[in-house]
Amino acid sequence: MMIILAGVLLLVVGLIVAYLNIGGEHHEGAAAAHGAAGAGHEGTGHHGSPLWLKRLIVSLWHNNVFFTGVSTIGTVFMAIQYVAYAGWSVLIKRVNEALSAWVVPGGILMVVIFCIGLINHDIFHWTMPGIMDKGNANYDALIAGKSGFLNLGFYLGRMIVFIGIWAYFTKKLRDLSLAEDLNGGTEYFHKCINVSALFLVLYAVSSSISAWDWVMSIDTHWFSTMFGWYVFASWWVSGIAATTLCTILLKQAGYLRWVQAGHLHDLGKFMFGFSIFWTYVWFSQFMLIWYANLPEEAVYFNQRLGGFNGQYTWLFFFNLLINFVFPFLVLMTRDAKRQMIMLKIVTIAILIGHWFDFYLMIMPATMQENNGFIIEFGVALVFLGSFLLLMTKRLAQASLVPLHHPFLDESVHHTT
Amino acid sequence: MTKRFALGIFEDEDVLLHAVENVREAGVKIYEVFTPFPIHGMDDALGIERSRLPIAAFFYGVIGLSFALWLQIYTLGFDWPMIIGGKPHIALPAFIPVSFELTVFFCCHGMVITFYTISKLYPRWKTPVLDVRSTDDKFVVAIELNEKTDLNHLTQLLRANGASEVNEKEMTKF
Repeated sequence: MMIILAGVLLLVVGLIVAYLNIGGEHHEGAAAAHGAAGAGHEGTGHHGSPLWLKRLIVSLWHNNVFFTGVSTIGTVFMAIQYVAYAGWSVLIKRVNEALSAWVVPGGILMVVIFCIGLINHDIFHWTMPGIMDKGNANYDALIAGKSGFLNLGFYLGRMIVFIGIWAYFTKKLRDLSLAEDLNGGTEYFHKCINVSALFLVLYAVSSSISAWDWVMSIDTHWFSTMFGWYVFASWWVSGIAATTLCTILLKQAGYLRWVQAGHLHDLGKFMFGFSIFWTYVWFSQFMLIWYANLPEEAVYFNQRLGGFNGQYTWLFFFNLLINFVFPFLVLMTRDAKRQMIMLKIVTIAILIGHWFDFYLMIMPATMQENNGFIIEFGVALVFLGSFLLLMTKRLAQASLVPLHHPFLDESVHHTT
Repeated sequence: MTKRFALGIFEDEDVLLHAVENVREAGVKIYEVFTPFPIHGMDDALGIERSRLPIAAFFYGVIGLSFALWLQIYTLGFDWPMIIGGKPHIALPAFIPVSFELTVFFCCHGMVITFYTISKLYPRWKTPVLDVRSTDDKFVVAIELNEKTDLNHLTQLLRANGASEVNEKEMTKF
């Protein structure tokens, strides 16, 4: 079993190297092209890094926020299944564990990219020197009012603590699960439940605050109380889509033979439901702002709907189309949720769609009208490659079936 | 319309489940099984096809959505246009919550009414129950009888499969 797995791993690594090359080439070519364009633009009073560098840094941040969030969902999903005493999901548990392999490198990258962003203040406007000091040329009264929350020490401290929590609990659950494989017994299971419950409480707070920190504070003046949920919903549905896609690919490669249509059906229901949940949160945010039309709130949607010569408008509608209309209509019937091909199409659409969702959250405030796609796709492919590398490595490290999980039998006989 | 039934009374759901399978294998058509609680696997054992209720639900939803949109567009856009919050008369984002609610409303009421009508659970003066013990602790298998049915053979078959008693009952308006 392990030898076959290692074979598959090698194959996947080969694929990833190819991916990396494509990503690397794209990104160099585009960077060179934009370096030239950026040089031409310098006369127009653009501050901060040259455009190509700024685009690179911002898109690193964008991809890292997306991938780290999706990765953490692996642990969150598993923790919820533990706390709910769920039996059906035992067979896909190892996929969840593998999904969260990116939490640690992603977390480290998060700090690193934030610090790189500090050099020219490319990502966060509030990090500009003097922006909180009265009398300074950069002074901004609104941002100064938020200095209690948005200051470097507290911000970085929070970031490290949150990532530490996520990484610790990911490792803890993984270790307990592996120990259970070796020793058996229900003692590990009960311990996992306690660990999961604690993690979920901490995650509820930390995911929300990290959404404000990492995404919302880019639009420093703007605020929305729905934002924590909005970002979480996006991460969550993409995480489930990633789990489903990985499960299907493993099954089609001949592993996870016990996974039946019933398991896929449940995953499909999760995706269907949480796509609607994402839309619900998105709409709750949009409608109140649209209806009240307060300038300080509406500016967010002004930028995205028709702002900057309308270049984000198509993305705005594309976002709704691919993340709501498409999964909603395709996954509506029972048969679609049980067919691998349908699920594959929808999971890929959801993953791309939510990548664009984050794109739409981050780009208008940082790049304004200078957004692009080629560097961003390149960076995304590099991230995807490294993500898959770590994920497949972790998949290969242990048996794909948690041998001594008390609910394993229930999961094997799961029908819906 | 009067119908005659043979009622096999069972004490245990596992026995019942196997009995249902065996009786159907023996070529006897089961009219219905009455149990105090839902039994896992009974639908498969009885060979009941998947319900077509979801299809009806979809159309109820479509009707609800159309009604909601018509209601809002006609009243706010044509019949009595008012300016609210500086928005256009037909302001679709503002209509979404009401449209959603009415879609769900039509959908669930339509489903409940359809389901009750089809399974004859609508309110009546006198509710026909084949054996009242099926609401307490007994499991009842009802097999419709006609002139050609061999009652003795049927009784033997049910007994052999664990029925504690087999009764015959006539029912009007069932």
